[in-house]
Amino acid sequence: MIQDPVLRVDRLGKAFKSYSHELGRVLSWFSARYGQYEEKWILRDISFAIEPGQSLAIIGQNGAGKSTLLKMITGTLRASEGQVHLKGQIAAILELGMGFNPDLTGRQNVFQAGGLLGHSHHALEGKMDEIEAFAEIGSYFDQPMRVYSSGMQMRVAFALATAFRPDILIVDEALSVGDAYFQQKCFDRVERFREAGTAFILVSHDRAAILNLCERAILLDRGRIAKDGAPDEIMDYYNAMIGTQSDGDISTELVRGRVATRSGTYEATVEAIALHDAEGHPIEVASVGSQMQIRATIAVHAPVQRLVFGYAIKNRMGQTLFGINTHYTDQELENLSAGDRVDVTVSFPLNIAAGDYSITTSLSEKENHVSKNYEWCDLAATFSVVNTARQVFDGLAFIPPTIEVTHRPADQA
Amino acid sequence: MQAMLKGVWRYRAFVVSSVAAELNNRVNRSRLGILWLVISPLVQVAIFALILSAIMRGRIPGIDNQFAYAIYLMAGFLPWYLFTEIVTRCSTMFIENANAMKKIVFPKVTLPVVIAAIAIINNLIFFLAVTLVYLALGHGLSLATLWLPLLILVNTGLATGLGVILGTLNVFIRDVGQMVPIFIQFGFWFTPIVYTANIIPEAYRGALYLNPIYWIVAVHRDVLVFKQAPDPLTLFCLVVLTLIVGALGMFMFKRASPEMVDVL
Repeated sequence: MIQDPVLRVDRLGKAFKSYSHELGRVLSWFSARYGQYEEKWILRDISFAIEPGQSLAIIGQNGAGKSTLLKMITGTLRASEGQVHLKGQIAAILELGMGFNPDLTGRQNVFQAGGLLGHSHHALEGKMDEIEAFAEIGSYFDQPMRVYSSGMQMRVAFALATAFRPDILIVDEALSVGDAYFQQKCFDRVERFREAGTAFILVSHDRAAILNLCERAILLDRGRIAKDGAPDEIMDYYNAMIGTQSDGDISTELVRGRVATRSGTYEATVEAIALHDAEGHPIEVASVGSQMQIRATIAVHAPVQRLVFGYAIKNRMGQTLFGINTHYTDQELENLSAGDRVDVTVSFPLNIAAGDYSITTSLSEKENHVSKNYEWCDLAATFSVVNTARQVFDGLAFIPPTIEVTHRPADQA
Repeated sequence: MQAMLKGVWRYRAFVVSSVAAELNNRVNRSRLGILWLVISPLVQVAIFALILSAIMRGRIPGIDNQFAYAIYLMAGFLPWYLFTEIVTRCSTMFIENANAMKKIVFPKVTLPVVIAAIAIINNLIFFLAVTLVYLALGHGLSLATLWLPLLILVNTGLATGLGVILGTLNVFIRDVGQMVPIFIQFGFWFTPIVYTANIIPEAYRGALYLNPIYWIVAVHRDVLVFKQAPDPLTLFCLVVLTLIVGALGMFMFKRASPEMVDVL
């Protein structure tokens, strides 16, 4: 069912004007001209729409324009071109806090900031108990906010912003300040709101939060939409983008109906990769608890001073179950020449639950792929795990247990 | 204009709670609380009265009281405090509330409204103290005091208008904020608050009339010191000036507000 979007952003753009002399700006209000000004475009050509109940992640590097975009959606910042069409109430937690006054107590700030959000004193009074209970900061609620930690401020901010179910909820980074317990609580509330039809926009660098909460992601790069699609695919692309930065290129191709992203400078590449079972037979399907081998051949195309091979096993959601590289195992190679080949064999017990998995490989100079990324390849290989030999179990990992059950009947005790 | 009034009305709860929070805060965090609102201005009056009363004795025509100078002094300080409090606070209001303005959408016009409301309350409290002192000095109040609400309103309007202009400029040109206290200090001595206009040589006295704060102080003195209706021409000029400054302030604010958050 296609519903009317609650939010439609149409060719949105924002330019900051910088005047050679600020007097020029003042005179421009009176339609007079003085001096010159420069327009610096922070965002351009941003168009997307979200429907009720949809959840969207906006990702991008610092300075990509995420916060500017959110500010234009909420209306604190005026767009220079294009339009934002909103239907219904919007609630936003931009950065930390909500313009709280540090001298007021949590309770007073709820009235104060709640008033700024346009809620009446009466309505806030009615929700006060609920806000206090959700924030769970105990007696701090009646102490001045200057003694709060950033996490406590965030708790009050989130409790207040979500006291009334909005039609659109925007959360910018804020959640990362909270502890795991409170984050989970926030996620639950977001989920409940979404079921009731609230659209959700999250800005975060937290891969797990994005994969958990969002069904769609938009990648902003230098003020434009670089990609719009499924969160795991966008996160992979983003990851590749960080590694590539100025040099190298990024390519994507379809692997088993999913988009594989390959990026790097390609001084060294994984030429071949295959999965084998304990007997050395190539496989695509393996059984829970069996031994698996990844065999990779690396080709060196240009002299490389230092080479680190890494791999990660990801599930269908794109979440990494396990990843490691030869830097951490002290097996990095040095001084390789063009034409060299490197064979890598990785063996491990497949202690993971049934499902579809993929292998991501990386070749880099150091322990991460940010400094020098020779090749980063998502979905380098895929495989399925089925549970044929083991008992039925629940969860992501296979942790073989020994369970002792002793029955002590009442009459023998 | 209408939209602005509507905004204030819609956010009346915020305005009321901001005013209450600020007053509360001042009262709660100090022992003498609300008394401080009165003590510091009265001390300033007392200092000037002590130091200058010998020089100024007998120079205040039209009032027959041995404490004439003290009475004269307080009538001048009353509007001066209201005016400067509003102008000073308005000149930094957008910068101080930058955090909220960046995060929450609300009618920014509520900011000067809150400042003006707090200043008026402060001024009324000070007026109460002045009344008590007047009674103690045997001066008392007259029916002309009924003009006072109108005078306070005009004073508030003019100060808020000027404050919004300065506050708007200050967002883009931060030097404005640095200049305001200097101009206020200058204004204090340029306005006959602690001295009388007649001690200025005749040839330069005309220059005083260029200073609208002098007009405000003068009408307050008409009412409080000389117990008569304010000079109609001065009052009329003040109202016209207030409307002009207010309109200019509103115009500049409206033009500037789309760009304001850009630079905050």
